[in-house]
Formats: sequence, C-alpha cells, structure tokens
Amino acid sequence: MNPVLQLGVADWWDMFRHFASLSLLAVGGAITTAPDMHRYLVDHTHWLSETQFTSSIALAQAAPGPNILFVALMGWNVGLNAAASMGGGWVSAAMAALGVAVAMLGIMLPSSILTYTATRWAHQHREMRAIRAFKAGMAPIVIALLLATAWLLTLTHDQPTRDWPLYVLTVLTTLVVWRTRLHMLWLIGAGGLLGALGWV
Amino acid sequence: MLAMPDALPVNRPRSKTDLFVSFTLLALQGFGGVLALVQRVLVEEKRWMTREQFVEDWAVAQIMPGPNVVNLALMIGGRYFGLAGALAGVAGMLAAPLVVALLLAMAFGGVSDAAWAQGALRGMGAVSAGLIAAVGLKLITALKGNPMGLPVCVALALLSFLGVGVMRWPLAWVLLGVGVLGCSWAYVQLARQAAEPARKEAA
Repeated sequence: MNPVLQLGVADWWDMFRHFASLSLLAVGGAITTAPDMHRYLVDHTHWLSETQFTSSIALAQAAPGPNILFVALMGWNVGLNAAASMGGGWVSAAMAALGVAVAMLGIMLPSSILTYTATRWAHQHREMRAIRAFKAGMAPIVIALLLATAWLLTLTHDQPTRDWPLYVLTVLTTLVVWRTRLHMLWLIGAGGLLGALGWV
Repeated sequence: MLAMPDALPVNRPRSKTDLFVSFTLLALQGFGGVLALVQRVLVEEKRWMTREQFVEDWAVAQIMPGPNVVNLALMIGGRYFGLAGALAGVAGMLAAPLVVALLLAMAFGGVSDAAWAQGALRGMGAVSAGLIAAVGLKLITALKGNPMGLPVCVALALLSFLGVGVMRWPLAWVLLGVGVLGCSWAYVQLARQAAEPARKEAA
C-alpha cells in the first residue's frame, strides 16, 4: 500500500533541505546517496513505500537520460502520496509536479552552483601550473575509474554458472564499441531483448 | 572503422539552441547512463573537444559533486555561452528525459517487477558495463601527451582501479589519495619542463 500523506509547506521545505544537503555529498554520482534517501523517505518519514523507492530507481535506470532522474521519480511519488487524500485528477498531477520540482532543485542546485563557479574560475586560470597539474594528474585516475565502474557493474552478477552469458555480452559490447562505430542504441536494444527473452 | 586521430580541428557549439538540442538528443539515446554516448558524440561526431580535453573535463566533472554528465553539460555550456549556456546544457540533459521517465512511471509503474522487465534490465546493464569499459579503453590514448610519462600514468591508473574495483574503497578516498599523488607529481614534472629550456639557453 502506498502511504496517504498530508504534507505542509514545512514538510516540503524539509525535503528540499534534505536533498540539498545530499547534493554536495554526491561525488561520483547521486546514486551513492541513495541509501541515505532510503533512510529519510522510507524509514524516517514514511513518505514512500519500499516498492515506490526501489521502482523509482529501477525505472530511472531503464529510461534514457542521466540516472539522477531517479530523484525526480521519488519526488513524483511523494507528491502522488500527498495528493492521495485530496482526490485525484489535476490535484494529483500538480502535487506530483511539485514533488519533482522540490526534489530535483534540492539535489541539483547546490552542486551545480559549486561546479559552475569552480570550473569558470579554473577555465579563466587554465594556464596556471596548478590547474594544468590537476588535469594531468587526474587523467589516468579518471580513466581507471571508468574501467573500475564497468568491472563493478559486472561483479554485481556473481554466480558464474548462471551469469556467464552476461559476462560474454559485456565483453562483446566492449569490443564492438571500442573497435567499430556501430550505433550504441542497437547494442542496448539487443541487450534488453536478450534479457527479456531470458537468454542472458 | 578504427579510432580516428586526435589532432582533428575542433568545432564548437553554434548557439545555445545547438547546445540544448545536442544534449537533448544525446540524453534521449543514453539508456543505462549517458556517459559512453557523451564521449562518442562530443569527441568523435561533433568534435567539440579532443580526447585529451574530454579526459580533462571529465576529471573535473567527476570530482565535483552532482551527476557527472550533467556537470559536463554545465561546464561545456558555460564555457561557450556563460550562465545561459550552462542552463541550456543542463536543461537539454534533463528536460526531455524527465518527461519520458514520468510518462514511463505513469504507464508502467507496476511493470518493473515483472520477470521480463527484470531480465531486460539485466541485459541492458551488461551492455552498459561494456559501453563504459570501451570508453575507458579508448581514452587511454589520451595519456600519450601526459607530462607524467606513460609508466607513471599506468601505475596511478592501476592503483585507482585496485582501490575502487578490488579493495572497494570509497570513491572520495581514492580521488583524494591517488589524486593528490598524481597532481603533485604532475606539478613537479611541469615545473621541470618549464625550467628545461631556460637551462639550455644558459648553457
């Protein structure tokens, strides 16, 4: 069952503040802060059901675009729950939109302002030795992190006897993208189809 | 078929609309994350940046808080068109995908538990792991001109990979620990390179 909520201005403000405080902690992607969002939205305030929380993340990952949109879907669901006691229709849609706005502004504003100011400054001083050293020094680390991300994504499937077709699919994709210019949507589509049919 | 040389002339976004539309199209094609596509579109198709520039900007986008690809759109937009450009980049990256995600949520809210949907997610996840790995492999060539030299670069990369991928240290620690090591060494090398021509002239 989805919660039926009555949220006031103070509640929305509290949600904004919570997401805003997570914004600056989200180094390496907002998904790293998902456990804390779970603590806040599911365990502490009970604004979302367990199912709503996990399906927000799953749906954002299946949809195109940056994964940060899982935050928007959480806001959406909080809004729907808040409108549940007011009747459906336009009220529902408006509350859901409010939820999206509060959650997304909270998670995006602080980090974006910081990134914008810091990178503007760095670009204006790009000939400074410290800036050039930062970029040169970070380059190999960033490349390694990409490879480590792929590695960790693969390791989430940890039963070789069952999961080996997934490993093969990952390796094949790597080779195809590395060596050809085939459009990536074909690969994603093929992966989705193979998975839906239960072949991988 | 093969990767193209890096020394190609670099284009730039024509307008804020160009930025917005480009990032919208990019984001809408990015299933399972946008990162792999960002590299291909910005570097190989639009040529708004070289591989080297991409790695540099990606390093910054990664180390700043916030979603990486959105940070990158914000940085590129801001570089060419100031605050308005940054907003155009971010809006392009988020607006249309947000609408799609909400429509999906309304239509298929309950479907995500179905076995076929879970299977499709598994398959797409395996593909996106491969996409990201391929980007990492391609970008290795961007290390050629690095002032630290290739052996040091490889050592730092290996250390980072082990830290995050095997030891499972928190990302922030690795960025900070290995990052300080790398940046300090790069600083020393850049200082040495700057001193070299002067010394030759003196001799």
